[in-house]
Amino acid sequence: MKAEIATTPKVIVRDLNFFYGNYRALKDINLDIAEKMVTAFIGPSGCGKSTLLRTFNRMYQLYPKQKATGQIMLDGNNVLDPKQDLNMLRAKVGMVFQKPTPFPMSIYDNIAFGVKLYENLSRNEMDERVEWALKKAALWGEVSDKLKQSGTSLSGGQQQRLCIARAIAVKPQVLLLDEPTSALDPISTAHIEKLIDELKKDFTIVIVTHNMQQAARISDFTAYMYLGDLIEFGDTSTVFTNPKRKETEDYITGRFG
Amino acid sequence: MKSTFLNQARLKQQVWLDMMFRGLTRLSAFGVLALLLAIITSLVIGSMPAIEAFGFNFLVNPEWNPVTDEYGALVPIVGTLVTSGIALLIAIPVSFGIAIFLTELSPAVLRRPLGIAIELLAGIPSIIYGMWGLFVFAPLFADHVEPWINDNIGVLPVLGPFFSGPPMGIGILTAGIILAIMVIPFIASVMRDVFEVVPPMLKESAYGVGATTWEVVMKVVLPYTRIGVVGGIMLGLGRALGETMAVTFVIGNAHELSKSLLMPGNSISSALANEFTEAVGELYTASLIELGLILFFITFVVLSFARLLLHKLGQREGQVT
Repeated sequence: MKAEIATTPKVIVRDLNFFYGNYRALKDINLDIAEKMVTAFIGPSGCGKSTLLRTFNRMYQLYPKQKATGQIMLDGNNVLDPKQDLNMLRAKVGMVFQKPTPFPMSIYDNIAFGVKLYENLSRNEMDERVEWALKKAALWGEVSDKLKQSGTSLSGGQQQRLCIARAIAVKPQVLLLDEPTSALDPISTAHIEKLIDELKKDFTIVIVTHNMQQAARISDFTAYMYLGDLIEFGDTSTVFTNPKRKETEDYITGRFG
Repeated sequence: MKSTFLNQARLKQQVWLDMMFRGLTRLSAFGVLALLLAIITSLVIGSMPAIEAFGFNFLVNPEWNPVTDEYGALVPIVGTLVTSGIALLIAIPVSFGIAIFLTELSPAVLRRPLGIAIELLAGIPSIIYGMWGLFVFAPLFADHVEPWINDNIGVLPVLGPFFSGPPMGIGILTAGIILAIMVIPFIASVMRDVFEVVPPMLKESAYGVGATTWEVVMKVVLPYTRIGVVGGIMLGLGRALGETMAVTFVIGNAHELSKSLLMPGNSISSALANEFTEAVGELYTASLIELGLILFFITFVVLSFARLLLHKLGQREGQVT
């Protein structure tokens, strides 16, 4: 199926299939991700939502038996093209994971790590960039006086915001969030959700979530997936209040999944 | 009421068993400490005649002459440190490469066979390395490598004197290389094991900001596993410092201090192994025991240094300890 979206698409997915060895985990996915909007992928475990997310920055390529076919167009380039430079792609498409993954280094170096890979900044410029990223991630106030401390010394919620800051510090265009709040307490979750709402002014955000309320609260568009198929895709209020497909309705009302 | 009484008795018995268990664990732990102290004490007592006779001079005197009863430990100390140093210089990068290949780059089918091969290498008795070193490696080294070293590195201005000399095959450099081969499996398998426990998500996050495999390994995997890596290197160094049989075969066992790494030398452990049986006279034996005490001390210093290094690394990372 194909969904019509009024805004400009940032990422255009066409006939995407994904294989774990011989197992086909995504089946002919067609989808447009709107620029500077939040798009949520929902569905029961194993439906392929994380798999779909991991094709956008080709993270699957770390693992030998995983393969994607079709097209994912980002600014007119096919991400799946074997000639695509992976490091450049990942500078454009940042990612945050289920669990906070601070690197074993100081808070400052955690942020500077990604930036150093692409840009030669002076000490001052780097300081500014770190401050900018931490402010964007709503963490600056809590860590500004302990930038030299280890990233692992922060609380879980702070660590996850550090990871978001690290991802946006390289100024990507698309931000992939793979269940970013699944390991966090409700207060930290609320922090991150508020942050996502702020971040969409600058970034195109794609979020995978197990939490339907979360999808309803923060996303502009929602895709419901089941067993590798994209069942329904549309703007979030329609998907949640007036779904076209019976399967979607069953899932979001909790009758299934 | 009878059941309560039984439970009480049982509870008492459990408390008693628990105490006994605690006592046993404590005894084992303190037993190690006691053994350590006993060994140090007996080494000190045994070496007293030599310490009294030579004092501090023992450490810096290159003479080792049973005929005149004059003993100095400089040659074996230098031999031990230099051969172990050469071994680590070769073994650390090679082991690192092996571990990275096995955990990050190797196709899945190769992982197990290669891993097993490395573990088997670690299980070969050291005397076999010694024999192989003397009968196979040393002649090949003398015929094909040492002439090249003489011609190419031996002529360099600063390094030259260290790499020139008769191509005999046996000597300090050969001993270092054999030691490297012996410690590689230890260091590589420890490194592989610690690299394997790095959470995949952590590596993915580093790849996710666009890092290459090299950057991920150097800046994320290595700092994350530094305690294990340093531990593996120390395990290798410990083996290299104390290795006796293989070194005795190829080091040349000459009490001579030479600048050149191609010349024969001696190490503490091989001096001990070769000379204990023929040591006559109190001073000779005491000098050998003092050599053992020095080896003990070197190992202790190396381990302390490793602890210090880890502490410093932790500080640089910004841990609050």
